[in-house]
Amino acid sequence: MSIIKVNCINETCPVPLVETRKALRKAAEGDTIEVQGTHSSSKKEIPMAVESMGYELKSIEENDDYWTIKIQK
Amino acid sequence: MSEKATIILHSGDMDKAYSALIIGNGALAMGMDVSIFFTFWGLERLKKNKLESGALSKMNLFGLGKWLIKRKMKKSGVASLNKLLDNYLELGGKILACDMTMDIMGIDKEDLRDDVITEYCAVGTYVQEARESEVTLFI
Repeated sequence: MSIIKVNCINETCPVPLVETRKALRKAAEGDTIEVQGTHSSSKKEIPMAVESMGYELKSIEENDDYWTIKIQK
Repeated sequence: MSEKATIILHSGDMDKAYSALIIGNGALAMGMDVSIFFTFWGLERLKKNKLESGALSKMNLFGLGKWLIKRKMKKSGVASLNKLLDNYLELGGKILACDMTMDIMGIDKEDLRDDVITEYCAVGTYVQEARESEVTLFI
């Protein structure tokens, strides 16, 4: 049960979505993926992808500089 | 079975290759299976070292427009077509090359990126894949 961090700060479409998917493919069952990014549409779209693939969205947080999305595989 | 997206890339223009690969990557990232059919001018982009060589579909201005857009894309952090293709393949996307176009345009297998091509095929394969796809696009 490890935590896998994905840094997508300053990346734009479609990189955050693609890097999230790559991390999810590599993760083991029970791992948590923590994606950080600045691209605003990806903040909406990563949860859509997570839901459609049946993974668990644990949280979406945002501060002044970036957002953080946590997903459980 | 996963949902599926089937994309035809008929154009050889740089911006349209971006559209095809961005949509392809997006669909893969959202859990779909994806096939991109490279046909006619699109097939030019599958030649060795030619993925990034397309002109801009509008305002290319003999390459000046393309240069300006490329510079802007770099500044905005847009991935290169080569990077998008690498990700597309890593996520299991399929690349299909139209063999009829190869015949009429005199393109041999040796001219193409054989390492990235999943299959050489014709319209029947496209129709077969498209009929079981939720999304199909002609670019």
